[in-house]
Amino acid sequence: MIKSQSSSRSKGGKRPSRGLSSRGTKKLPLPKDLLLQIHRLMVKSRALEDRLIKIYKAGESYFWIGGPGEEAFGVPLGLLVHKGQGPQYDWLHLHYRATPTLVAMGMPMIDSVRLMMNRATDVSTGGRNFSNHYCYPQWNVAPVSSPIEVQYSMALGTARVQQRHGTKGVSIVTGGDAGTAEGDFASCLVWASRPGQELPLLITVQNNGWGISTDYDSQHGEKHIADRGKAFGIKSLVMNGNDPVESYLKLKESLDYIRKTGKPVLLEALVSRLYGHSSASGANMEKGQVCCVQSFEEKLKKWGLLKDKEALAIRTEYETEAKMAQEQARQEPAPTPESVWDHVYAHNENGDWRNY
Amino acid sequence: MANMAQAVRMALHYGETHLDVVDIFGQDVGPPLGGVFTATQGLKTTWNTPLDERGIIGMAMGIALAGERCVAEIQFCDYIFNTIDLLKIAGNTCWVSNGNYSMPMVVMTPAGAGIHGSVYHSHSFDAWATRLAGWKVVMPSNPLDAYGLMLSAIADPNPVLYLKPKALLRVRGEDLIPGEPQDEKQLKSMIDAPLGDRRRWKPQWPELEDYRVPLGQAKITRSGEALTLVSYGRTLPICNKVADELLKEKGVAIEVIDLRSLIPYDWASVLSSARKTKRVIFVNEDTEVTNFGEHLAYRCTQELFYELLARPRVVAGKNLPGIGLHPHLEENSVPQIKDIRQAVLDTLAEVP
Repeated sequence: MIKSQSSSRSKGGKRPSRGLSSRGTKKLPLPKDLLLQIHRLMVKSRALEDRLIKIYKAGESYFWIGGPGEEAFGVPLGLLVHKGQGPQYDWLHLHYRATPTLVAMGMPMIDSVRLMMNRATDVSTGGRNFSNHYCYPQWNVAPVSSPIEVQYSMALGTARVQQRHGTKGVSIVTGGDAGTAEGDFASCLVWASRPGQELPLLITVQNNGWGISTDYDSQHGEKHIADRGKAFGIKSLVMNGNDPVESYLKLKESLDYIRKTGKPVLLEALVSRLYGHSSASGANMEKGQVCCVQSFEEKLKKWGLLKDKEALAIRTEYETEAKMAQEQARQEPAPTPESVWDHVYAHNENGDWRNY
Repeated sequence: MANMAQAVRMALHYGETHLDVVDIFGQDVGPPLGGVFTATQGLKTTWNTPLDERGIIGMAMGIALAGERCVAEIQFCDYIFNTIDLLKIAGNTCWVSNGNYSMPMVVMTPAGAGIHGSVYHSHSFDAWATRLAGWKVVMPSNPLDAYGLMLSAIADPNPVLYLKPKALLRVRGEDLIPGEPQDEKQLKSMIDAPLGDRRRWKPQWPELEDYRVPLGQAKITRSGEALTLVSYGRTLPICNKVADELLKEKGVAIEVIDLRSLIPYDWASVLSSARKTKRVIFVNEDTEVTNFGEHLAYRCTQELFYELLARPRVVAGKNLPGIGLHPHLEENSVPQIKDIRQAVLDTLAEVP
């Protein structure tokens, strides 16, 4: 249930054109190529999630949870991340709706499908964890965990390392609105804003208005979650996370501020939750919410940047890629039973007491 | 000789000068106090945190994810319970990420009774800790082992829980730590912060050496043939005392094994000793139901059932919600020397 969504429609203008047109109409809010890239990635992420849901419904996986409805936030984030390994790059402490961010960072679809189908080839968990529980050390992506909000306290540590190394790297944490009730969210605000020891943290909340079946309004006395940052002197803002342009601009502004000052930002993005919490509630499209992919597509068409035929071709291309990924993953091996003892400890040191 | 708090301090100094430790932190860990038991005085990478255990553990996990070495402290293990799901994640990160990440972090925390600490400064955590798969768990019983275990814990690429037996932190050892000056007064003048204003004080560290107690390696502290006592932490010196008394009084030789590492544990040492003595008792002060000693006793039963002359026993804390402040209450809650002695005598008297 999305409450007031501050619209940034005016930024696009009613008669957009490709840059400053000779006719003097308004400038596009972002370069054309970037707008089209964001669109493609949003469609790609959605097509992938749609496929994951199909895999679940076909009985080829046990559970689905994911991020349809968070593309307009996640894709711009993925594009803005300084991607790499080590403290000079950004760290990502993501929640389980972050497919759009990873797609934008360049994750191949097949990775997500292998994770969904618990293949031995799943690079994130080796068939051990649920969908959307990604892990990419080469991009500083910490393992996504099912307990909500724990990532907000772990992000403190990577931010501390970045600060110590004096890098421009930022630790970015994402999570839902319901999880902000947990103590880890408060820990994050307290530790990020210690006077003279502020941490380079982008603390984000994707407020979809729900915690499983419990609505936001019955649990939150605060008007905005972002208001909580103000008490700590943390730069805080609320944005329409269903608008990729607003997301891109506000995320960029926030990241630039953090890289420049070393201080944290709390950013609350109002987003949709299009298919419910997870497959536990059916994973069906829930009506009455903004679909950011659809609304952005309409905007691009209105601006003359996209035609129906092109939009259809993009969607078909990614639907096909996702389907092919499923077919490929089907052929790949499952984890072996004896692999349960792998990686209990680093370097595969024995973890079975029977062998002590 | 150094006491255990000084030994931990020296080990941390060695860690930050030789083993890449970059952060030592927790409530009151930094100056001016340097830890409620003085174990972190004078170190260069210590700092004070908010009074927030989850933040402390989360911070340590983040530093470890980034591949750097840190030692975090929870001031008393009684206050670690609200971090248990973070501890669980620290333990499962390597496994769940299929080896993508490891968690090279040390969490140290004072544990156990013996200082009249009442309900919330007397808990044990070893039984809980041994259920946190993916962690290694150690508990020294003397300053030299405290030093050697800390160095090994820091160097290990996995999360290591370092339980400090709080009643032994002020107890001096019998062996010099390599590099430690002979004269304990000299050591004190070098590394103990003065009372009062400490702002200008700087420690003079002795030239310490790399001395490690490998994780998973027990130590036989008393040799004997009549019975095996397996313990760790605060109850270990009590077991030694029981062995010494019975040898003197009755000429009965009890073997005492200091486990030192709970996870991984040195089964080979326990097995060969129990096979030799055919009578074995496991002693610790955590509560008795689903106690770590029960696991060891179970394993003895499985592997030595037909060789033993007596039932393996566990002497542990009573299964109570807390440890009461009055000595009558505390002493009737955690094993005392008389309890261990009686268990030994009963087991020795048992006829198959």
